[in-house]
Amino acid sequence: MLNKLRDPELGKRILAKLVPLAQEVAGHLGRPAIFMEVCGTHTMAIARSGLRSLLAGSLELRSGPGCPVCVTSQGDIDRVIALAAARHDLVIGTFGDMMRVPGTNSSLEQERARGARVEIFYSPAEAVTFAAGHPQDEVVFLGVGFETTAPAVALSVAAASSRGLENYAVLSFHKTVPLVLENLLSDPELKIDGLLLPGHVCTVTGRRAFDFVATKYNVPAVVAGFEPVDLMKAVYLLLKQVAGGRAETVNGYPRLVREEGNNKAKEIMREYFEPVNVQWRGFGEVPQSGLALRDSFSFYDAAVRFPVDVAESPPPRGCACGDVLKGKIVSSDCPLFARKCTPLQPVGPCMVSTEGACAAYYQYEWPKAEV
Amino acid sequence: MCLGIPGKVVEVNRSESWAVVESFGVRKKVDIALIDEDLVPGDYLMVHAGYAIGKIDLEDAQISLELWEEILHAE
Ligand code: SF4
Repeated sequence: MLNKLRDPELGKRILAKLVPLAQEVAGHLGRPAIFMEVCGTHTMAIARSGLRSLLAGSLELRSGPGCPVCVTSQGDIDRVIALAAARHDLVIGTFGDMMRVPGTNSSLEQERARGARVEIFYSPAEAVTFAAGHPQDEVVFLGVGFETTAPAVALSVAAASSRGLENYAVLSFHKTVPLVLENLLSDPELKIDGLLLPGHVCTVTGRRAFDFVATKYNVPAVVAGFEPVDLMKAVYLLLKQVAGGRAETVNGYPRLVREEGNNKAKEIMREYFEPVNVQWRGFGEVPQSGLALRDSFSFYDAAVRFPVDVAESPPPRGCACGDVLKGKIVSSDCPLFARKCTPLQPVGPCMVSTEGACAAYYQYEWPKAEV
Repeated sequence: MCLGIPGKVVEVNRSESWAVVESFGVRKKVDIALIDEDLVPGDYLMVHAGYAIGKIDLEDAQISLELWEEILHAE
C-alpha cells in the first residue's frame, strides 16, 4: 500500500486540486504563498518530484536549515579536517556526505589523499564493528545530524561500552531542530507563510515539540512525510490553513509521527547527550541547540580525548549557503551557482551534500541545456 | 545521509535487538533498540542510518489514502 503513495496517477489527480487552491491563496495574498521545508530529505524529495515547477507562479517552495552537513559551521568542518590532518594514527569514520565538504584550506577527501585515514560508514553501528575488528586502531566517528541520527550515535557509544571497546570515540556535531526554528522564525526579515516540518525528526521528537511554530509565531505548520503523495498532502493542508486564516501545527504524517514521538529514542538521547551552545552556518551561535556527550561519557568523547584548537572561520568566499539555509535566497540567486560552483567543484557544503539545496536544485531543476 | 528508508520486517530477534527488513528488494539487518512496540514479520519500519526509528502504522496510511479519495471526489 505504501507504493500507492508514489502512484503518479493519484499524484496527478491531487495536483489538479492543489493548483487551483494555490492560485486562490496567491490571489488573496497578492503574491504566491511561500512555504519552507527544513529537512534535507524533503529538499531532495521535492526537487525529484518536480513539485516546485508544477506549482511555479502560484506557490514557492524554499529550503531552510534542514541539511545537517550544510548547517555545520565552517569552524567545525575545519576542526575535523585538522584532526584528520594532524593524527594519521586515528581512523576518522564519517557519513559519506562529509568527505568533500570544503574546509577553509582542505577537505577530508584531500587529507585522505595525503595519508589521513578516513572511512565512510552508512551507520554508526558499522563504525563500532570496525573498531571491534581493528583493536590496534583508534576510531573517531563524526556525529553529524539531527534528532534522527543522535539516538543512533548514542546507541553506538552504548554498544562500544558494553563490548568493552576502548578504541571508539564520537566527535559530536549533533544539533536539534526546534531551537534553530525558533531562531529562524524570530527573524523579522523572514517571510514565510507556512512550514513543512521534518517527518523523521518529528518521529523522534513528536508533533507536540513543534506546537510553538503556530502558537508562538502564528505560522501554519504541517508535519510532512516524504512520498510524493505525502508532500502534496502537507502542501494542501498548509494552503487550507492559509486560506482559512488559521495557524496550527498539524500532523500530516500520522502513520509514523505520534504526539509524544519516540520516547525510547528521546530517553537515550537525553541519557548520552546534553544541550550546548553551537554554531550553525548562516545562523551563528544558537544557544542550547547542540548536543555534546555528557561528562560521564567523556571517555568516548573525541572532543575531550583528541582536542584540536581551530578558530571559527568565515564561510568560503562568495558562498551564500548561509542565506540559502535561512531561506533568504534560492540557490540560483547565488552568483556562483552553476558557474564557479557545481557538484563536481563545490564551493560550499550546500552543493556537496546530496541533501543540500544547491545540489538538489542543480541536479533536478536546473535546465542544464542552458549551461 | 539523513535518508529514511521504509522496510518490511522479515525476521525479528528481540534478544539481540535486530530485525531483517526488506526495502526495494534488498534485505538488511537493522537495530531495533529504539522500537518499543511489538514487531512481527510483515510490519513496516522506518530505518535511519541502520536503526529503526519508528513503526509505520499501515492503518493510518490506508486512512490517509481514503481521505484523499474523499477530497478528490468532493464537489
Ligand atoms: S551555489 Fe555554491 S557557492 Fe552558492 S550558495 Fe550554493 S554552495 Fe554556496
